[in-house]
Amino acid sequence: MQPLFSKKADILLITKSFSMVNNYETVFILTPVLSDAQMKETVEKFKGLLVSEGAEIVNEECWGLKKLAYPIENKSTGFYALLQFKGDSSLVEKLEVQFRRDERVIRFLTFRLDKYAVEYAAKRVNKFKAEKEA
Amino acid sequence: MANNNQQDIRYLAPVAVDNKKKKYCRFKKSRIKYIDYKDPEFLKKFLNEQGKILPRRLTGTSLKYQRKVAQAVKRARHLALLPYVTDMMK
Repeated sequence: MQPLFSKKADILLITKSFSMVNNYETVFILTPVLSDAQMKETVEKFKGLLVSEGAEIVNEECWGLKKLAYPIENKSTGFYALLQFKGDSSLVEKLEVQFRRDERVIRFLTFRLDKYAVEYAAKRVNKFKAEKEA
Repeated sequence: MANNNQQDIRYLAPVAVDNKKKKYCRFKKSRIKYIDYKDPEFLKKFLNEQGKILPRRLTGTSLKYQRKVAQAVKRARHLALLPYVTDMMK
């Protein structure tokens, strides 16, 4: 019997065409030593990275300076920022490499949203919008 | 005398000690499909004083949602929204 995909290139092509566009959410914590402008600049940097890689930013939130439940790198507070985006799965790895390289990021978490999480996130955004308008 | 007293007390029917209500899964009941890790106050309902996740035999959560609770708690811990170890949390 002939194999379905004879060449390695064929298989590569197939796996490439299967790359998924998913909803992702990423939260990262920045060191509290940054000024407000520096913090915004850092968030913009990661946003820019995502956009330049072809992701669509669905939602962004800045939770501001929050107290940590336990010290990270001897710091008891941190700036929290959240980005929700639609993009390819290969994007996550690139993003996380950048997180690891950046000294200003002390903690990060990226994960895929399932359909219920997307629903919940949309509701959450609408709630914030309503609060802003009110 | 003490022996006498003990003999005096007799029950005709076994005493009902546990009149507890039936446990239920709060997520099934209120149709919550997604458990948010961003709300540590809510997640604290599923933790004991040391910050450990309570077993579902105590909370009544169904297996499907217990897994989701566990995941949410672990995410919250990673992001320092909840402590990994603590004492006297409540």
